[in-house]
Amino acid sequence: MNQNLYNYILGVADNSLILGQRLGSLTGHGPSLETDIACTNISLDLFGQVRSYYQYAAKIAGDKRTEDDIAMLRKEREYVNVLLVEQPNTDFAYTMARQFLFDVYHHLFLTQLEKSKDLTLSAIAKKSIKEVSYHQRFSTDWIKRLGDGTEVSHQKTQEAIDSLWTYTDELFHQTEADKAMVAEGIGVDVTALKETYYKKVDEILNEATLQTPESKWFQKGGKQGIHTEHLGYLLSDLQYMQRTYPNMEW
Amino acid sequence: MSDKKNWPLWEVFVRSKNGLEHRHCGSLHAADEDMALENARDVYTRRSEGVSIWVVESKHITASNPENNGEMFEPAHDKVYRHPTFYDLPDEVKHM
Amino acid sequence: MSEEQIRSLERQFEERIARDEKIEPKDWMPEKYRKTHIRQMSQHAHSEIVGMLPEGNWITRAPSLRRKVALLAKVQDEAGHGLYLYSACETLGVSREELYDQLHTGKAKYSSIFNYPTVTWADMGAIGWLVDGAAIINQVPLCNTSYGPYARAMIRVCKEESFHQRQGYEIMIKLANGTPEQKEMAQDALNRWWWPSLMMLGPTDAESIHTEQSMKWKLKRKSNDDLRQQFIDQTVPQADLIGLTIPDPDLKWNEERQSYDFGEINWDEFWQVVKGHGPCNKERMKARVNAWEEGEWVRDAAMAYAEKKQERKQKQVG
Repeated sequence: MNQNLYNYILGVADNSLILGQRLGSLTGHGPSLETDIACTNISLDLFGQVRSYYQYAAKIAGDKRTEDDIAMLRKEREYVNVLLVEQPNTDFAYTMARQFLFDVYHHLFLTQLEKSKDLTLSAIAKKSIKEVSYHQRFSTDWIKRLGDGTEVSHQKTQEAIDSLWTYTDELFHQTEADKAMVAEGIGVDVTALKETYYKKVDEILNEATLQTPESKWFQKGGKQGIHTEHLGYLLSDLQYMQRTYPNMEW
Repeated sequence: MSDKKNWPLWEVFVRSKNGLEHRHCGSLHAADEDMALENARDVYTRRSEGVSIWVVESKHITASNPENNGEMFEPAHDKVYRHPTFYDLPDEVKHM
Repeated sequence: MSEEQIRSLERQFEERIARDEKIEPKDWMPEKYRKTHIRQMSQHAHSEIVGMLPEGNWITRAPSLRRKVALLAKVQDEAGHGLYLYSACETLGVSREELYDQLHTGKAKYSSIFNYPTVTWADMGAIGWLVDGAAIINQVPLCNTSYGPYARAMIRVCKEESFHQRQGYEIMIKLANGTPEQKEMAQDALNRWWWPSLMMLGPTDAESIHTEQSMKWKLKRKSNDDLRQQFIDQTVPQADLIGLTIPDPDLKWNEERQSYDFGEINWDEFWQVVKGHGPCNKERMKARVNAWEEGEWVRDAAMAYAEKKQERKQKQVG
C-alpha cells in the first residue's frame, strides 16, 4: 500500500474526527436551542468528511480494516490530529475560538486540496469546502459577537484566543507524509498557507475588537502523535464500545 | 423573571424551489438578522427543504384582526361577477 | 363583556372546532383553551429538550461512525422539535424564557421516561424503538388538533420523526442478531424500557383528569388506555420478529378482542417518578439549568453586539 498517502489521509481526517467528537459532546448543552442545532450541524459535517476520508484510507490499506477500525481502534500515539482540535470545551468562548482558529485554516487547506492530483481527495475537498465555508462564517460571526459584545464576553473570548494561540503554528508544520505527498502533487503545502492565515485571523480579531496575541511560543506534537493530556479522555469515550466489545457489528 | 433583553422572535419564510413562493414555515429566536438567517438555515432547511430564506422580526409584521373579519373579508363574498363562471355563454363558444 | 356574551362566544367557538375549523393565534378563545394549550404544548416541548439528555449521553460513545451520525441527527431533531413547540406556545403570548423558567423551577412537567438512565448502548435502540414508538402513537393524531400552530408544528415533528423509530429498531435488530452478549444487551434494554414506555402513554382513563375536555378540543383523539393497547399490539410482533421477549409473563393474545392482554402496570413507580423521585430527575434538571445559566453571558453578548451594530448603522444613515 501507499504508506505515505495513507498517513497523509489520516493527518487530514483525524482533525475532523477529533473536532467533530468535541462538538458532538455539546449537543443538548448549548446556550440556546438554535445555537445547539447549529453546532451539531457542524459536527455532522465533520463526521461526514471523516467517513469519506477513512473509507478511502481503508481502501488504500487494503487489509480488512473498516472506517470504524481506523477511527476507533488506533492507540493514542497513532492519532495525528493537531493539538488545537483536541482542546476541551472549556466554555462557549473556547469552543468558538477553537472553531474559528481551525475553520480559517481548514478553508484555506481545502481550497488547495481541491487541486490535488488524487481525484478522491479532490472530490472530498470539493464537497467539504462548502460545508467549511459555512463553518467559517458561523464561527467568525460568533467571534465578532463575543469579542465586541459585552465586557464579560470580550474578556472570556480574549482569554480563549490567548490560550489557544499556542496551538496555531502547528497547523503549518509539514510531516514526512506531507512532504512526500506535496512532491507528488497530491498533498497541500501547508507552509504556504501560513501568511494568509495569520493575516485573515488578525483582520477578524481586529474587527472583533480583540488583540492578536504576540506570543511566539508555540506547542506542537499532535502531528507526531504526541498529544496533550486531553486526548486520552476523548479517546476513552470514542473507543469505549469497540474496546469493550471487540469484533462485533453494530 | 429578570428584565433582561432576550433574543427577539423572528418569522421564517422558505422557498422550497425556484418557481415557488416563499412560505411561512415557523419562527425562531436570534439576536440579529445575520444570526436569524443562519439559525433559519440550520433549523428549517436541514433536510434540503429550501433554496432561499427570508427572515423578518415578528414585531414588524402587521396583522389583520380576526374581530374585523366581517368588514374585512365578507364584503367580497357577493361580488360573484369577479369570477368567470358568473357570465352565461353558449357552450359552442371556444377558447374563452 | 357580559357573562351571556362570553357564553355565546364560547358556544360559537366550540361549534367551530366541532366543524373541524382551525383556531389561529389572534382568534378569540376561552381562557381555559389558551391555558390548556400552553400547558400541553410546553410540556411537550420540555419533553423534547429534556429527552435530548439521555441519548446525548451516548453520542461520544456510539460504537460506529454510522451510528454516531444517526444519533447526532436524531438528538438534533429533538432540539428542533422543542423549538417548533416553544414557538407554538409563543403564539399564545408566553415567551420561551418564561417556559424555561417554569421547567427549571419544577413548575412544569415533562415526560417522566427521560428520568430513567441510559446505561448501555442498547438503550439507544430501545429508546428509538419503544419511546419514539409510543410518542408517535401519541403525536400522529395531534396533526389534526384544533389549534393551528400546534397542528402545524406536529406535522413537521411527525414528518421528521419517522426516521427515529427506524433508527432505534435497526440498532435492536443488529444486537439481536449479533453475539450472545449483544443479544443479552438488547434483551436487558427491552426489560428496562418496556414498562416505562407503557406508562409514558399516561395514567389509566379512570385516573386521567383532562381527557374529556381535551377530546373535545382535539388535543386528544383516543384515550390513554386505547393508545396503550395500540402500542402493545403493534410492538409485540416487532419483538417476536427479532427474537426478543417482552418482559411480561401475563402477556397473551386474546382471540376474542383481537388484542393482547397484558399485566398490571406499577403505577406507584409512575407517580414516584412524576413527583420527582426517579433515578435521574435531579441530573436532568441540573443539566438543563446549567446549559441555560452558562449560556447567559453568550446570549447577552449577542444582544449587546446586535444593538451596537444597529447604532452604527443608524449613525451611517444619519
